[in-house]
Amino acid sequence: MTKTLEISLFIFVLASFLGYTVITRVPGLLHTPLMSLTNALSAISIVGSLLLAGGGESTMATVLGSIAVFASFTNIVSGFLLTDRMLGMFKRREAPSRKAPTPEVGP
Amino acid sequence: MNDTVIPLAYLFAAACFILALKWLSHPTTARRGVRVGEIGMAVAILSTLFKFEIVEYQWIAVALVLGAILGIPLGLVPMTAVPQRTALSHAFGALAAGVVGTAEYYLRKPDLDATTMIALGLEVVLGFLTFTGSLIAAGKLQGIVRDRPWIYRGQNIVNLAVFASALTMVGLLVADPGRAVLFPIIIAVSLVFGFMLVIRIGGADMPTVISLLNSYAGLSASMMGFVLDNRLLIIAGALDGSSGFVLSIIMCRAMNRSFTNVLFGGFGAEETVGAIEQRPVRTVDPEETAFLLDMARTVVIIPGYGMAAAQAQHKVRELTDALLRRGVDVKFAIHPVAGRMPGHMNVLLAEANVPYDLLYDLESINPELPQTDVVLVVGANDVVNPAARTDQHSPIYGMPILDADQAASVIVVKRSMRSGFAGVDNELFYLDKTQMLFGDAKAVIGQVVDELSKLPAKEVAGR
Repeated sequence: MTKTLEISLFIFVLASFLGYTVITRVPGLLHTPLMSLTNALSAISIVGSLLLAGGGESTMATVLGSIAVFASFTNIVSGFLLTDRMLGMFKRREAPSRKAPTPEVGP
Repeated sequence: MNDTVIPLAYLFAAACFILALKWLSHPTTARRGVRVGEIGMAVAILSTLFKFEIVEYQWIAVALVLGAILGIPLGLVPMTAVPQRTALSHAFGALAAGVVGTAEYYLRKPDLDATTMIALGLEVVLGFLTFTGSLIAAGKLQGIVRDRPWIYRGQNIVNLAVFASALTMVGLLVADPGRAVLFPIIIAVSLVFGFMLVIRIGGADMPTVISLLNSYAGLSASMMGFVLDNRLLIIAGALDGSSGFVLSIIMCRAMNRSFTNVLFGGFGAEETVGAIEQRPVRTVDPEETAFLLDMARTVVIIPGYGMAAAQAQHKVRELTDALLRRGVDVKFAIHPVAGRMPGHMNVLLAEANVPYDLLYDLESINPELPQTDVVLVVGANDVVNPAARTDQHSPIYGMPILDADQAASVIVVKRSMRSGFAGVDNELFYLDKTQMLFGDAKAVIGQVVDELSKLPAKEVAGR
């Protein structure tokens, strides 16, 4: 096993555990925004697509890379836009007073 | 500079993404999470565009413009269409991973080492199966593809054989990456497998399937990170993958099903067995409903997807406002699988301006239901079926439900006596304490609101 692969595997496993921990703390109330946000974030695969689309290596690479840039950027734009719109709809009954009580949202 | 700045920019983006998810743990900080996610994304994209490897920009520009043109309307869909949009975005994410994997294979095939080839193979198989699977899921949610599962004898064996053949071919490529003839076959088989996997899954399982596809799309992106040796991608993909995985587990638990059962079970496949026996139910009219709700101290509303299908959420909010003004304590009980994707019902109610502090999840509301005067069930069925607790032979036995039958009285708003997704009769409707308010949810709730406004004003304590 190469050193690069070893580090990458460490990162993958640790990121998965971190994701599990962080995500179990998101309340059920916000599970739909959670899914649209993680969707937008995983469209970070655009960085790989950009190198293909602009690398000028071959026509095939340019075409496939451009398709991937298009698909990822669609997710980035719609994902962030939709998540923000949804979260903007979540309002409390009373205007947040001096000491806002914690809402009763379960795990 | 390129070598130092860009990795640091990627590290910054990864930190932003983790922070974004952390801030999503509370509605008051969640929008800040979106901002920080956007910043991370912008930094990662801009720094990539400055890489020396990028020599031409015209196709990138075209793709970005087209992506924005499609992305903006997809970001503005109504809340009822969010599940379809989400399935579609899983399809896009998976397509991106699949085509990048394909291009990488053809560019690098003579000197792909075994581990890279494994990652590339998984990226392509997961990418393309998630692509077609998500398209079918989106089609089912949109109503273009038949909602009932499509099932034939021996289907599981055929599906497993197809999947196994895709993995075998990946194995052959790992042994010798030069066998380029196999690559298009792997793509084709993966596309077919995704189609076959989801076409057999019924509407009730959509929340689980969307979550699973979410997980696959994330894993596929993560594998792409291994192929391209890009750790930011590995991290973002792993976060997405684990998010989908956590949500799948929550959905499965909420329906008391296992992954295998969802994927290979064909829940709700049979049309209702025999005709539902005609049993007497008590009915109630909007006027009496208004009176009963007004007399109550505590009312818990249990919404189901039927409420959203009837576009009744705004009327339900008007009813809530009217009752709150009249001093009635109103809460909403949200089952985890209410709606068509995880958390969907909360978003539908938030869109209708129902304050989120009135929304309670299953664990927090069930202990309160025995002390509740009136439970108003709007368009929900299986999630309030007491058979899940009592009838061992019921297909929904063991599923956690909202204990509507424990309340002092129950009013069920329903179009007709048709059964729910699971195709089982609901004992709740025949209880002595239950009254059925038949009709279109939007129309009848509207009538209840009108009737409430006709009632004489009452003294509300504390006003």
